[in-house]
Amino acid sequence: MTEKIHIKDKEIVVPGALLAEGLEYLPSGRAFRDGENIYASTIGLISIKGRVIKVIPLAGKYMPKRGDVIVAKINGFGKFGWTLEIDSPYKIDLNVGEISMNYIDLKTNKLSDYFKIGDYVFGEITDITESGYMSLTAKRRPYRKLVNGNIIKVGPTKIPRIIGKQGSMINMLKDMSGCEILVGQNGLIWISGEAEKESKAAEAIKLIERESHLSGLTEKVKSMLEGK
Amino acid sequence: MAILKPYFTDLLTKDKREDGRKLFEYRDVVIETGAIERANGSARVKIGNTEVLVGVKLDVGTPFPDSPESGILMVNAELLPLASPHFEFGPPSKDAVELARVIDRGIRESHAVDLDKLCIKPKEKVWMVFVDIYPINDDGNLFDAGALGAIAALKTAILPKYDEDEEKVLHKELTKTKLPIQQIPILTTFAKLNGKIFVDTTMREEKEIDARLSIATIDDETTSAMQKGGVGTFTAKEILELTEKAAELAKKLRKLIPSK
Amino acid sequence: MGSKVGAPEKLIVNGKRLDGRKLNEMRKMDIKIGVIPNADGSSMVTLGGTKVICSVYGPKEVLPRRNLDTEQAFLNCVYGMASFSTPERVRPGPNRRSTEIGKVIADALAPAIFMEKYAGSEITIIMEVINANAGTRTAAINAASVALADAGIEMRDLVCSIASGKADGQLMLDLFEAEDNFGEADMPLAVLPRTKEITLLQMDGMLSTAEIKKLTDMSMKACEELYKLQKKALQEKYETEKDASE
Repeated sequence: MTEKIHIKDKEIVVPGALLAEGLEYLPSGRAFRDGENIYASTIGLISIKGRVIKVIPLAGKYMPKRGDVIVAKINGFGKFGWTLEIDSPYKIDLNVGEISMNYIDLKTNKLSDYFKIGDYVFGEITDITESGYMSLTAKRRPYRKLVNGNIIKVGPTKIPRIIGKQGSMINMLKDMSGCEILVGQNGLIWISGEAEKESKAAEAIKLIERESHLSGLTEKVKSMLEGK
Repeated sequence: MAILKPYFTDLLTKDKREDGRKLFEYRDVVIETGAIERANGSARVKIGNTEVLVGVKLDVGTPFPDSPESGILMVNAELLPLASPHFEFGPPSKDAVELARVIDRGIRESHAVDLDKLCIKPKEKVWMVFVDIYPINDDGNLFDAGALGAIAALKTAILPKYDEDEEKVLHKELTKTKLPIQQIPILTTFAKLNGKIFVDTTMREEKEIDARLSIATIDDETTSAMQKGGVGTFTAKEILELTEKAAELAKKLRKLIPSK
Repeated sequence: MGSKVGAPEKLIVNGKRLDGRKLNEMRKMDIKIGVIPNADGSSMVTLGGTKVICSVYGPKEVLPRRNLDTEQAFLNCVYGMASFSTPERVRPGPNRRSTEIGKVIADALAPAIFMEKYAGSEITIIMEVINANAGTRTAAINAASVALADAGIEMRDLVCSIASGKADGQLMLDLFEAEDNFGEADMPLAVLPRTKEITLLQMDGMLSTAEIKKLTDMSMKACEELYKLQKKALQEKYETEKDASE
C-alpha cells in the first residue's frame, strides 16, 4: 500500500483532484474518499495538518448549521410565526415565541405587527424542528429586528476575512465608519449609521471581498475609510 | 429590499448615490461591435456590471400589405434566466415585451433604419431586419444598455447576398453594403424615488424606485419616443426638464457608438 | 447521407481539413470563468467559432414544488441557441432539438455531481449558444462543468466533452460546421476524466465497430487535454481569490 500526498499546503484544487493515496490520510472539509484515495469535491484551498487533509471551499452557497448567526429576510407568514429567506435552499422558521422575552398572544396580536414580509432579522440558528425545518431565535440581545440601514450581500466564503482574526477587521470597519455592523454567516451584512458612512462601509466590505487574497488589504481599507 | 428605500432616499437628498455617482451620471459604458460572427450586425454593451448582447439578423420576406415597398423591422428581447435570478423560464414576460417595444419605438419612430431602401421587389420581397436583445447580466438599466446595443448593431450591420434567381438569401455570403441608417436614437432612462430624479439605476436602486421615464432622442435633439413605467408619477414640469436632460445625455452616449 | 446542396467538393485537401487542421486536431478552446456576476457560477467557452455562455444558480429552492426530490437534487438543465447564433435566424425559445440536448447534457453532468448532498433543492444550469459552428453541445458541457465548479457545487470530477466523426471517409476530431453537415457521422462524447466513465454518447450517421473504437479513443485522449484547460482556467481565476487567512 503506497502512501502519497499529491498536493501542497495552500494549493488550489479543482473538483475531482487527487489529494492523497492511502487510508492513513483523513479527508476533511470539501474532500471525500473513493477507494483508498482522497479527492477534492469543490474548488478549494488545501490545508494539511498532520494526517488530515482539508479542502477549504472558495465558492459555494451558504449551508446553514446550528449556532450560526445570520441576517435573514422575512418572506412569508406561517401559523405561529414567519418563514425566512437566507440565500440558501434550506428553510428556516422564526416562531413568534422566539422574538421576545415577553409572551405574545396571537389571539390579540397580529404577526404583521411585529414583522412584515421584506423585514430583516438578526438571529441565531437553533435546532431542527419536527417538520425538518431549522429555526431561528432572536429574543436575546444582540438578536433583533433590523430597522433602516443598508444591507449588502457578499460571498459566504469571504465572511471570515471580513471578520478578521479575533474580529480585528470588522472592529476596524466599525470604528472608522462610525457605523454599527452586523455580519451574518450567510453572507448578508447590515450596516447602520449615517447614510453616507453606510455607503463607505459597504464599499470597504466589497473591497475586502474582491481582494481578500492580497497583502496590504488592511492598509487599503484604512485609507478608503479615512479619505478618498 | 424595502429596507433600502430610506437608505437611498437619505443619500439622494444629499444628491448622492451609493456608488459615489452624481444624480445624472452614467456608470462606465463600453460598446463593442462585431463580436458575433454569425450575426449580420452585433454589439456587446456594458453599463457598469449590466451586460447586454444584441444581434441583428437579416432575411427576405413579404412586406406588410399596408406598406408594400418597405422593409420590416422587428425588435425582440429575451430575458433569459441566465442573466438574473429574477428572470423566469417561459414565454416572454411583460417586462421583456415592454423592454423590446420601448427600444423598438425609439428606433422605428425616428426612421433610424431607412425601411424604404429595403425593398427588393414591391409587394413581394423586402428585407426583414430582426434585432434580438439578450441581457447577459442584469444589474439595472437594461433599457439604455439594450437600446445602445440595438442601434450600435444596426449601424454596423452588413447585408448578406440575395440570390434573385433562386429567390433566397445566401446567409454565409456578405456584401459590402451596410444597412441604410439615417438617425442614431439614444435612449436615456430616468428614475424617480421619493421625489428625487436620477439616471442609470443599478439593480439595487431599480427595485426601490417609484417610477421611471425613458426618453429616446435623435441627433437634432428631437424626441422620438417616451415611455413612463412604474406606479409612481411625474409632473409636467419634470417631463419637460427631462426631455432636455435626455438630449444632453444622449449627445455624450452617442459619441461612444463605434462607426464599424 | 448522399450529396447535399451546398456541399464543398472536398472536405480534406492534401491531408488537411478546410480550416487547416490535422485529422486528430481539436479547434482552439478558450475558457473564461465568472463572466456573469449575478450567477452563482458562470463561464464562457469558445471552441473555434462556437461560443457558449453558461450560468449556474444553486443550490436553491425548488420551484415549482412538484419538482422537489427528497432523495437528490433537481437538476434543471436548459440549453438554448440565440436567434443570431446561426446563419439563418432561429426563433428564440425552446424547440425539440434544444429540449433533447438539455436532457442529454443533464444526464452527462449528473454523474459528476454529488446529487444526494443537494436533496430537496434545485441546481439550475442555463447554457446559451451565442455563435454556432458545430460542437455546440460539447462546448456547452465544458462550460457547464467549470460553471458548476465556479458555483462551488460539490462534484466527484469535472466533465469533459468533445465530438469526433467521419467526413470524406476519414476519421477526425471536433467536426466544424461543414464537416458536420456534409460528413458521414458525428459522435459527441462526454467523460469523467478521473474514472474514464462516459456520461454522454450520441451518434448520428454510419460507423463500423472498429471506427467507433478509434473515435472513442480519439475523443478520450482529447478530453485529457480539455481537463487540463478546465483545471487551468479554474485555478487561474481562484489563484486571485485565495483567502490569506485560514
